Amino acid sequence: MKQLTFEIKTNEQIAKNVYRMQLCGDTTGILPGQFVNIRVQGQFLRRPISVCNIEQPLNNVEPYLTIIYKVVGVGTEAMSHLPVGTQLDVLTVLGNGYDLTKAGDAPLLVGGGVGVPPMYMLARQLREMGKAVRVILGFNTKGEVFYEEEFRALGCEVVVTTVDGSHGVKGFVTNALDGQQSYYYTCGPLPMIKALLQAAGTHGEVSMEERMGCGFGACMGCTIQTTQGPKRVCKEGPVFPASELIL
Amino acid sequence: MNRLQISLSGITLANPIIPASGTYGFGDEFAELYDINCLGGISFKGTTREARYGNPLPRIAECGNYGMINAVGLQNPGVEHVIAHELPRLKSHYNGCIVANVSGFSVQDYVETCALLDKEPIDILEVNISCPNVHNGGMAFGTSPEAAAEVTAAVKAVTTKPVYMKLSPNVTDIVAIAKACEAAGADGLCLINTVLGMRIDIRRRRPVIANRYGGYSGSGIFPLALRMVNQVARATSLPIIGCGGVSSAEDVIEMMMAGATAVEIGAANLTNPMVAKEIIDRLPTLMDELKIEKLIDIIGIVNHE
Repeated sequence: MKQLTFEIKTNEQIAKNVYRMQLCGDTTGILPGQFVNIRVQGQFLRRPISVCNIEQPLNNVEPYLTIIYKVVGVGTEAMSHLPVGTQLDVLTVLGNGYDLTKAGDAPLLVGGGVGVPPMYMLARQLREMGKAVRVILGFNTKGEVFYEEEFRALGCEVVVTTVDGSHGVKGFVTNALDGQQSYYYTCGPLPMIKALLQAAGTHGEVSMEERMGCGFGACMGCTIQTTQGPKRVCKEGPVFPASELIL
Repeated sequence: MNRLQISLSGITLANPIIPASGTYGFGDEFAELYDINCLGGISFKGTTREARYGNPLPRIAECGNYGMINAVGLQNPGVEHVIAHELPRLKSHYNGCIVANVSGFSVQDYVETCALLDKEPIDILEVNISCPNVHNGGMAFGTSPEAAAEVTAAVKAVTTKPVYMKLSPNVTDIVAIAKACEAAGADGLCLINTVLGMRIDIRRRRPVIANRYGGYSGSGIFPLALRMVNQVARATSLPIIGCGGVSSAEDVIEMMMAGATAVEIGAANLTNPMVAKEIIDRLPTLMDELKIEKLIDIIGIVNHE
């Protein structure tokens, strides 16, 4: 964990109720699947948000990280109004990310709604490793879809599903499974996770979401029961082997 | 002499700042950010006789800018695991005062847990009779003077460590309970634990907390905590660890002026993990501004008329 100051470089709406924020600051050490915990003026608790992507200083640009968040309450609503240039108090390098060594040659990435963002940094790194990456992105409706082209630009095979069929494959992410026994990485709402585990088994990793107090392991507010005993989503997670989950 | 130094039952603390139980684990997460040896003491995560998972999720609800509700429900690995693993690790990188926070579901629970810890390198037993998040125990012992006295006397009988009873604010008369603990042989008191509270998700029309109610903490409870510390300080002669909503050096001074000898920092650690160190660093400057030579000079100073 590090406590750092970041400056907002961009903060813009990219889909219905969904915003992308780019934050300039030290991004070293952040791995795919990890999250940051942002202090928002007027709110007691920080807002934990998964990291969508990082730019390292060596790429000849100012380092920044990208987060994508959905406005779901007063905290994220306040975040959506923060102007460019605002300095934010951020706890970073939080939690354990995905294990890229397990990917095999053709991993499957499944993101649902605001579970899509952590898939992006993961996809990018897996593509850099030369993997054939298949991505399934699930949304409710066309207006909520984001990052379809961004994943394609990485060279991933991308399938979008919408519950109402207004874009891509009609139905849920499980409707887009191709029957291959790929190692999977996923993040999304609990019903999606449950359906995926039922359809695709436990040969994969899941990023879990819970209401958090601190986000760094101190309060025990987000502890789930696993087959390996109680584990903190913020500290031992948010990424767990699917085989450890009790859903 | 160190201007910040205080003492609790003969144990010297370099300063009065102690992270409160349940907001600091065993210090590991915070040690990634700063040298925790700056702390006067550490009250470690509430420990019970047996391991506990705690309550169902969600366990956390926000309360605007002023605090949060938690209903963790004493998740901990059990006292034997704490003695075998967490305590040696804490002891290996922390030299200050170790406050062992203990909870139970029966008098026998408290007795057994405290008896086991009596042989360990801890400095103070903080006996939690005020957890609002567990049924058939916890707070039940802290809401009647008779039950509070019974736990106090039973624990005192099995330990040579100083025994500090951690009191609940969820009572009609906290002074009566404090006096009962004093009469039963307590060496000190710690107050207050969290205030029983509730939030409702108005869209889903149900309580936010799975356990329905939880303990409200954060800066919103500071005036309440301060008042209770002051009431108890005026009614007993026991040393008090003041706790509840403290989030600044100014709050620490206020708590001590009300009658606290040491001060615990709780929920503030969760939102600003540097807060305990920042308060300790700020205290000397603030003391200069307020013309306070030594912190021990201001303990209960508003009660001295």
